[in-house]
Amino acid sequence: MSDEARQAVADRLYFRRRIVNGVGLVFATLSTGFGLFWLAWILWTTFYTGISSLNGKLFTMMTPPPGDEGGLLNAFAGSAMICLLAILIGAPIGIAAGTYLAEYAKKSRLGEAIRFFNDILLSAPSIVLGMFVYTVVVKQIGHYSALSGSLALALIVLPVVVRTTDEMLKLVPSAMREAGLSLGVPQWKVTMQVLYRAALPGIVTGVLLALARISGETAPLLFTAFDNQFWSMNVAQPMASVPVVIYKFAMSADAGWKSLAWAGALIVTLFVLALSLLSRAILLRNKVSND
Amino acid sequence: MAASAESIAIPQSDEQRARRDGFADRLFRRIVAGAGIFVLVTLAGVALTTLWGGREAFATFGFKFLASSEWDTVGKQFGALAPVYGTLVTAAIALIIAVPVSFGIALYLTEIAPPWLRTPVASAIELLAGIPSIIYGMWGLFVFVPIMGRYIIPWLNDHVGEWPVIGGLFKGPPLGLGMLTAGIVLAIMIIPFISSVMREVFLTVPTRLKESAYALGSTTWEVAWDIVLPYTRTAVIGGIFLGLGRALGETMAVTFVLGNVHRLSLSLLEPGNSIAATIANEFAEADSEIFRSSLIALAFLLFVVTFIVLAIAKLMLRQMEKKEGK
Repeated sequence: MSDEARQAVADRLYFRRRIVNGVGLVFATLSTGFGLFWLAWILWTTFYTGISSLNGKLFTMMTPPPGDEGGLLNAFAGSAMICLLAILIGAPIGIAAGTYLAEYAKKSRLGEAIRFFNDILLSAPSIVLGMFVYTVVVKQIGHYSALSGSLALALIVLPVVVRTTDEMLKLVPSAMREAGLSLGVPQWKVTMQVLYRAALPGIVTGVLLALARISGETAPLLFTAFDNQFWSMNVAQPMASVPVVIYKFAMSADAGWKSLAWAGALIVTLFVLALSLLSRAILLRNKVSND
Repeated sequence: MAASAESIAIPQSDEQRARRDGFADRLFRRIVAGAGIFVLVTLAGVALTTLWGGREAFATFGFKFLASSEWDTVGKQFGALAPVYGTLVTAAIALIIAVPVSFGIALYLTEIAPPWLRTPVASAIELLAGIPSIIYGMWGLFVFVPIMGRYIIPWLNDHVGEWPVIGGLFKGPPLGLGMLTAGIVLAIMIIPFISSVMREVFLTVPTRLKESAYALGSTTWEVAWDIVLPYTRTAVIGGIFLGLGRALGETMAVTFVLGNVHRLSLSLLEPGNSIAATIANEFAEADSEIFRSSLIALAFLLFVVTFIVLAIAKLMLRQMEKKEGK
């Protein structure tokens, strides 16, 4: 083969590699655009349709019967109640379990097993968790109740809080533990008064993330907290919640209901996005101050 | 604790204090260990109660529960084939779209984008994961389904529908609702999960490996394809399984756009059903014991499948962590 022929082959090969590279990089850039495109589209739809459905009655009136005008007051109150209870049930257990993992079971087999199954629980389908609570609580009592809805959501809160607590406590320098213990402070006191204080921003972030996850959660509430057209703060009875009302109203043919569903969707989305931005900000600030 | 009120008030002997602290320490340890074990109990409880709740369906229909697509609420004949099929098909469509796109996003965010753009774009993609699934459902039903029905499905019918082997998949009525629509919506929902795992593990590839390849004259694409991807393979597969687990169990978005018809059809443009959507739609109206039991049995199937998928994901990701020496 002459030098020129060899050069020609090399040029072709080089050209081909450059084309493949170019196509690949364009594909990667377009993929990112693809992802951002859906985000923008979904948010735009929610904001645009939601804002045109917003009005003062949303926060002052109860969910209406079809054809009537009304708001979502009982659903907002119900959601707040159900989510708050879920956090009150799920977060302490989660923090305790996370403490066990980080402080007592760093390398133990049981700790590894709990971590493994906790991560599975983290991604388990929420509807199955709802089904579990239905079978164990609702079916035994005989009727739907807000408390059973909170229990189902607490099962979603639990793994999120366990994981963040575990991770955040591990970030606390062991010198703090050793300093406390060497002064003769018992371990539980070191954990409660030193480690929790050091890891507090992280743990709070975990709880906020959990709250963000459950405040738009619909599936497990369908057959636990169910729905209630009227104002009710009795946790032993069915209670309205924003996601369930959105689901019911969006699926209906009634224009007034649909518009309320969009208004509710906007509020929930804003709330969830604000929470996730807030928790991100707390984490970032914490990271900087620890360095 | 047997200490009386006055013994707390006055200074205690060292021995007393040591005993009290030891007791409190053991109690604290027991409480937190109990909470840890509670996680295990919950997961076992979910599996056992759904199995127990579904026993009537499993006992009545036996293997036919999995093999039959009959779903007759009046005649009380229930078979899970249609929802199982719908769950698998929609998840498969979601993966086919989401995996290459997530790889592209991760590559863009680790190799191509200017550094100042990386964090904001990555956060924006992760916001997709924060949007509640019911919002995806509403957007899907009111915005995306009409577009599918008016433009995309007629186009697919006219063009792809005529192709020899796969043509049958893309022939169907222009309803807009259906497996393809549900698969696309699911793909959007799982992209943030897969791409963030990929991005994180791509960042763990040692710089010297990449720089060696660049020094030998590799292009960016060759570095990504021949260096980064082989190095991170197990974790990338783990991330894909994580996304698959999400797609299988996703409920509300699918319920809105799938059409909820208990029928097996080859075409992806026909409405169908999934396990989670069937439960969400029908559970509150289940009027007979066997109907309810069949739905709980479906939940058990879903739990078992997602458990296996997520366990594989977790094991693969853990292997990568070990490689890093964590």
